[in-house]
Amino acid sequence: MTAEIIVVTSGKGGVGKTTTSASLATGLAMAGKKVAVIDFDVGLRNLDLIMGCERRVVYDFVNVVNGEATIKQALIKDKRHDNLFVLAASQTRDKDALTQEGVEKVLDDLSNDGFDYVVCDSPAGIEKGAHLAMYFADHAVVVVNPEVSSVRDSDRILGLLSSKTRRAERGEGAITQHLLLTRYNPGRVALGEMLSVKDVEEILGISVVGVIPESENVLAASNAGVPVILDDNSHAGQAYRDTVARILGEERPLRFTEVARKGFLQRVFGG
Amino acid sequence: MGILDFLKRKPEPTATVAKERLRIIVAQERSTRGAPDYLPLMRNELLEVIKKYVNVDLDAININVERDSGHEVLELSVALPEGKSATP
Repeated sequence: MTAEIIVVTSGKGGVGKTTTSASLATGLAMAGKKVAVIDFDVGLRNLDLIMGCERRVVYDFVNVVNGEATIKQALIKDKRHDNLFVLAASQTRDKDALTQEGVEKVLDDLSNDGFDYVVCDSPAGIEKGAHLAMYFADHAVVVVNPEVSSVRDSDRILGLLSSKTRRAERGEGAITQHLLLTRYNPGRVALGEMLSVKDVEEILGISVVGVIPESENVLAASNAGVPVILDDNSHAGQAYRDTVARILGEERPLRFTEVARKGFLQRVFGG
Repeated sequence: MGILDFLKRKPEPTATVAKERLRIIVAQERSTRGAPDYLPLMRNELLEVIKKYVNVDLDAININVERDSGHEVLELSVALPEGKSATP
């Protein structure tokens, strides 16, 4: 049994990669899978904060690659789920600290340790860190915002995923590409101020695996260090739950992509 | 707000503008994707050679790499201006 490797990537920064990595990893763990989530953003560690384990980082990814710590020592067990582990990025400024061989060994070790999924949180850009995060992947979640620069960058990333990965190089079949549209505002879409789900799907030629509505709960969750998927009262959290279920093969209709219709009483009395 | 404002054409929604711009740039970038890195340089050098004989600009040269089961075809087309040959 080998671990399925999922890269969460986007090209552009600030679109919600780390938020998505944290919620995806947590969602997979909630489904009973043994999951590791790895921060590939060497020099700019952040996943630990979003997962709420920043004070428990002792060893990091680069320590493991350099043989200064074992993978078991470096994995941080999640407070909420026994089957979820975080591997933090190093804060070193040496961008060449990660090597392809080093990353491959860590992923192999996780696979041998019985992990079902390894979620790789890619740094922004298309440099070495982003390349290493996607190279060994079996699946990709491409996070995109309904905004011109993000859509263009994600098309670039989709191209790289189909050519610059181990699967592509070995001719082992394309990696599964999932498009995740985040920060979606149905109200602005209705006013013609924002690209719609259909627009983005048409431009990129790929359908979405999920749509996460813009939500104040995302900031609240990151403030608290609790992945937003655990906030079951928020639309963003529920949309992430749907997305994880779809990635696991379940069929679920999209939610929160239309402007909520106000009921008669709400229209009369406001609210 | 004038009373005749309703006669003015409504401006195009910005999302429509964004979609059209993206459609064009994405198609353009896809067409050059996967092409060898030396293409832009080769294009410029070819332009220098062609310019010795004919007055053309960069836009007149079109380079395409087509992949066809196992082999690649480099296609180069130069649109020559009418009756404007540079004196050799």
